Amino acid sequence: MKYALGPVLYFWPKDTMIDFYQQAGVSDADIIYLGETVCSKRRELRSKDYLAIAKELSTTGKQVVLSTMVLLEAPSEINELKRYCDNGDFLVEANDMAAVQLLSQAKVPFVAGSALNIYNHQTLKLLSEQGMTRWCIPVEMSKDKLQAIVNHCDNINIRDKFDIEVVGYGHLPLAYSARCFTARSENRTKDECQYCCINYPQGRLTKSQEGEDLFVLNGIQTMSGDCYNLSAEQAQMHGVVDIFRVSPESNEAFKVLTRLKQQQVIARANTHTNGYWHQIAGISSVVI
Amino acid sequence: MELLCPAGNLSSLKTALENGADAIYIGLKNATNARHFAGLNFTDKKLEQAVGLVKASGKKLHLAINTFADADNWQCWQKTVDLAASLDVDALIISDLSVLAYASQTYPDLELHLSVQASATNSEAINYYQQNFNVKRVVLPRVLSIHQVKQLARTTSVELEVFAFGSLCIMAEGRCHLSSYLTGESPNMNGVCSPAKHVRWQETPNGLESRLNDILIDVYQPDEAAGYPTLCKGRFEVGDDKYHVLEEPTSLNSMSLLPELMAMGIAAVKIEGRQRSNAYVKSVTSTWRQAIDRCTNNTEFTIEPQWEQELAAISEGAQTTLGAYHKKWQ
Repeated sequence: MKYALGPVLYFWPKDTMIDFYQQAGVSDADIIYLGETVCSKRRELRSKDYLAIAKELSTTGKQVVLSTMVLLEAPSEINELKRYCDNGDFLVEANDMAAVQLLSQAKVPFVAGSALNIYNHQTLKLLSEQGMTRWCIPVEMSKDKLQAIVNHCDNINIRDKFDIEVVGYGHLPLAYSARCFTARSENRTKDECQYCCINYPQGRLTKSQEGEDLFVLNGIQTMSGDCYNLSAEQAQMHGVVDIFRVSPESNEAFKVLTRLKQQQVIARANTHTNGYWHQIAGISSVVI
Repeated sequence: MELLCPAGNLSSLKTALENGADAIYIGLKNATNARHFAGLNFTDKKLEQAVGLVKASGKKLHLAINTFADADNWQCWQKTVDLAASLDVDALIISDLSVLAYASQTYPDLELHLSVQASATNSEAINYYQQNFNVKRVVLPRVLSIHQVKQLARTTSVELEVFAFGSLCIMAEGRCHLSSYLTGESPNMNGVCSPAKHVRWQETPNGLESRLNDILIDVYQPDEAAGYPTLCKGRFEVGDDKYHVLEEPTSLNSMSLLPELMAMGIAAVKIEGRQRSNAYVKSVTSTWRQAIDRCTNNTEFTIEPQWEQELAAISEGAQTTLGAYHKKWQ
């Protein structure tokens, strides 16, 4: 099993990001994803900054992957996407079919991100023929569904065409909208957001009227209220999953990576869940 | 411009035809249908009857095969495409890459529309589907501003279809796991957001509570209109504030944009609501028929007050919005 550090999904100040990636370079991560995936208005770091960090990180021997935006609406966002896809050096994670189009046309390999809707072996066959070398499974996919797909991939002889990655730790991205919910939480529209996401480095927790953690607002993205934690399920992943991804919340991610790599179980707090992997509601948990 | 109306059964389909629909979209009673409501939708035999009725009227029938195919049951999606082709359905609305590939390779003459669930929101994504599967039309997710729709219409040769009226999905369709996070059932795989079997209503001293899989979505006071318990329309707490964190219970109504949509060459306006009653289908189809005809024949387009009243009466919470079409909503 390899361990990956996912892209920072939140909006952090430039200095925080630079410090974060300096630590990432000496962390236990085998693979480091980076890039703005949520909102094109977040410009503390621009594509050239991410590319500079990527170059720096690549000298540490880790694999660096540029992760692209999930929801692309404007021509300017497509132009930015092209800069990522045309980088010439680094593998790119496609989080929208626009990226698949650009990367497959250019005949360069790519990672299919979890935001692409891939739920069967026939789709995997098609995408692997178009250059997909890694598949990060949809966040809602269970162990049993994944195993079934892997079995079908074996049957049609494509299992060796790509690696399989699971986002196994962190708050899960659940939805994307045209509307900025963080701006709305401050009674502002997206046009007048004043980049207020930067004030919420772990997003804004949203609770039910009964005090239950439901979800986290992160700009146009809605995330799970609880932290997904599949550290105890690592053994179940053997032979099926090649890469375990940690989605960073803070510098704590590096400690999590170290412990995961040592096959330690990170105790599930009551704000942690593992439901999706066990084919129940994502917000629920089972004891294993 | 085509007026595309929903039908959950043969009776609604007849109502849509009688009230001026140019085309009608339906789905089967199986996992290929992203609106897999209990007690609704079409069997193979009813699909055949639907094709006969629509063809006799000179209108068009679109079949939605718009869930993402399950690896263990992939043949179900394949057979549904085969069935539609054999019955000469006018267009298939598909989201899954593998189903698009199968349909385009097996039946090159079959008209394919890219489902909204495929979430194609930009020119390059549309190019992908056009070049790989020869899709004739793309249904746009409800996340674009009217300006962005116009930009797309200028840059693509694919027909564009936009949502005109009905329940407001505020997330990029096909990329929302809120319902599966709360219920364990995936709209992408199983169809249906907030499945009815997980919904519970309860009168309490605090008011009328709506719950989804036991999680409190909202509490309504006697003077408040209750919305269906989808997570995106609930009232929650952020910091010290309690409010509709994502969106109020409201419906989309883009009638005021009709002249602009026509001018930019939008191929079809889609009415949401395959789960809705005959009365809804009648009301919304006849109102939009009048509006489209008025707009086609007149340079000056004004919305009649009775159209507004008619549509408000069938809207969630009796409210309507332009949704993402309007930048201020975003």
